[in-house]
Amino acid sequence: MRESPVQRYGAGKSKMEKHPVSHADDHGETRRDFLYYATAGAGAVVTGAAVWPLVNQMNPSADVQALASIRVDVSGVQPGTQLTVQWLGKPVFIRRRTQEEIDEANAVDVSTLPDPQARNANIEEGAPATDANRALAVPGEEGSEEWLVQMGVCTHLGCVPLGNAGDFNGWFCPCHGSHYDTAGRIRRGPAPTNLPVPVAAFADASTIVLG
Amino acid sequence: MAGIPHDHYEPKSGGERWLHKRLPVLGLAYDTIMIPTPKNLNWMWIWGIVLTFTLVLQIVTGIVLVMHYIPSVDQAFASVEHIMRDVNGGFMLRYMHANGASLFFVAVYLHIFRSLYYGSYKEPREVTWIIGILMYLLMMGTAFMGYVLPWGQMSFWGATVITGLFGAIPFVGESLQTWLLGGPAVGEYTLTRFFSLHYLMPMILVGLTAVHIWAFHTTGNNNPTGVEVRRTSKEDAQKDTLPFWPYFVIKDLFALALILAIFFAIVGFMPNYLGHPDNYIEANALATPAHIVPEWYFLPFYAILRAFTAEVWVVQIASFVTGGIVDAKFFGVLAMFGAILVMALAPWLDTSSVRSGRYRPMFKWWFALLVVDFFVLMWVGAMPAEEPYATISLIASAYWFAYFLVILPLLGLIEKPLPQPQTIEEDYASHYAPATGGTKTIVNPAE
Repeated sequence: MRESPVQRYGAGKSKMEKHPVSHADDHGETRRDFLYYATAGAGAVVTGAAVWPLVNQMNPSADVQALASIRVDVSGVQPGTQLTVQWLGKPVFIRRRTQEEIDEANAVDVSTLPDPQARNANIEEGAPATDANRALAVPGEEGSEEWLVQMGVCTHLGCVPLGNAGDFNGWFCPCHGSHYDTAGRIRRGPAPTNLPVPVAAFADASTIVLG
Repeated sequence: MAGIPHDHYEPKSGGERWLHKRLPVLGLAYDTIMIPTPKNLNWMWIWGIVLTFTLVLQIVTGIVLVMHYIPSVDQAFASVEHIMRDVNGGFMLRYMHANGASLFFVAVYLHIFRSLYYGSYKEPREVTWIIGILMYLLMMGTAFMGYVLPWGQMSFWGATVITGLFGAIPFVGESLQTWLLGGPAVGEYTLTRFFSLHYLMPMILVGLTAVHIWAFHTTGNNNPTGVEVRRTSKEDAQKDTLPFWPYFVIKDLFALALILAIFFAIVGFMPNYLGHPDNYIEANALATPAHIVPEWYFLPFYAILRAFTAEVWVVQIASFVTGGIVDAKFFGVLAMFGAILVMALAPWLDTSSVRSGRYRPMFKWWFALLVVDFFVLMWVGAMPAEEPYATISLIASAYWFAYFLVILPLLGLIEKPLPQPQTIEEDYASHYAPATGGTKTIVNPAE
């Protein structure tokens, strides 16, 4: 005949009465503690595993992540004008600068800039923010500073700065009043860093490849 | 805390008794609607009903708008115009929903400042206050995401600027911003998730509304004197209170009718007065509007965000102390969220033992200045980021923090409060009827 659970429980109880010991030493309680921790641990793992896909689905999807690289024809850009193209959902400014603009940018002492770093993805990180370090040299003309390629996204909160504007003849962000100079370096206002220069190169004399 | 003594629900018919044994839903409804309410509540105690009504209005108009709206970057703007021109009565539904957001914030600001003046946030109503602040934050999130949906220029650039706030957080900011947006910039993936969350958040607000009401039904309403309802016996409590139904329901509905008359005048005759013309231009990722301004209800906190530039000495100190981790951009974000946080902490920052501002002679003036400060911040928030607005916004932001962090703690120590009435009955009698037993000098026309 099968022993009923009630009888077994009763037997355990009488054993405890005979040997009054603390719960920690009791064999049955230790096993119960183990089950408690195992259940809580499994619950935590399962909850985490269930929540993670819900969080992760908000990260960029595969098609968004697919690294885009675009070619831009710049043959029509005259000195003193600027081309704005969209790359990775953001505007990129491609400006062919006049000698005046280049001279104005070179006249500034780099150490006095709010952000003295070049922020150029094409050269080593932390390089000084000289005009030559910001500009994109034309192939065969090392050190030429005519072309400036930079993200058209204000480093403050992401607005598109306006060209030929601001107190330093460069760009001006209308949202919160950040002034950038003719080399796209922050000079005044809430923006913390210079406009970043993306990975860019001349494929030939009239084509720039972004990315 | 023991509740205010009052009559509870007694099932009368056989059917009621049958249901009450199985699900006491009628008892819950009865006790909620018949809750004893201080009889001296003034007109500043109507905003709760206005807010509840507006939440329902927004949910109902929102659900029907979704039947015509398409959350896609190619069709969102056109589908909103389709609602405006082609859908039967669609223009009215959309204008009610858009202006309903403004009504929501008018009511919530009056509700919050009511609580700040009469000390409704103080012990024992801290939980009601904290839940209220959470609801306010949810409201702001909902309103922000809803404003993105028409996919106009302000929608797009507002979304860019506001999600940029999260990008300012050191170390994790950039990944967090990308996670929120779903890509490198605001796009289709952002629009669809904002649509989903804009639908979800009001449902959470409904739940929090229930908890908010539950909390203050447990502690009892505050009232203009700040003096608690007597709980010594049911008879004493009845001298201080009247049941919510029908006395306060009728009063609140009367106020609601007046407010809705103004609301529908705006919806009918000047529906775009509070909006921005730029949002009738479809979103363009390559051109920022000349002057990005958030909706009016965000302006005070937007002004605080912009006030702290790199030239301000507190920002320079913070930057120096943290080794540059806290820059001007992150400081502005901290200040904006901090402005709401210090308000949430008011129950613990206010050291005065007197609840109502009515009996606090010094507090009154500082509070009046806070109200003025709120409007000044709202004004400079709409102005371009240049002088003299930059300095004004800095001073106004400083006062906002000073009020909660310096003035509230100090006033409780130095202020000598005026005598308070012993009971709510006494206050009520001094306003509306002669004291019982005294010579009748005023004839009460209601009797």
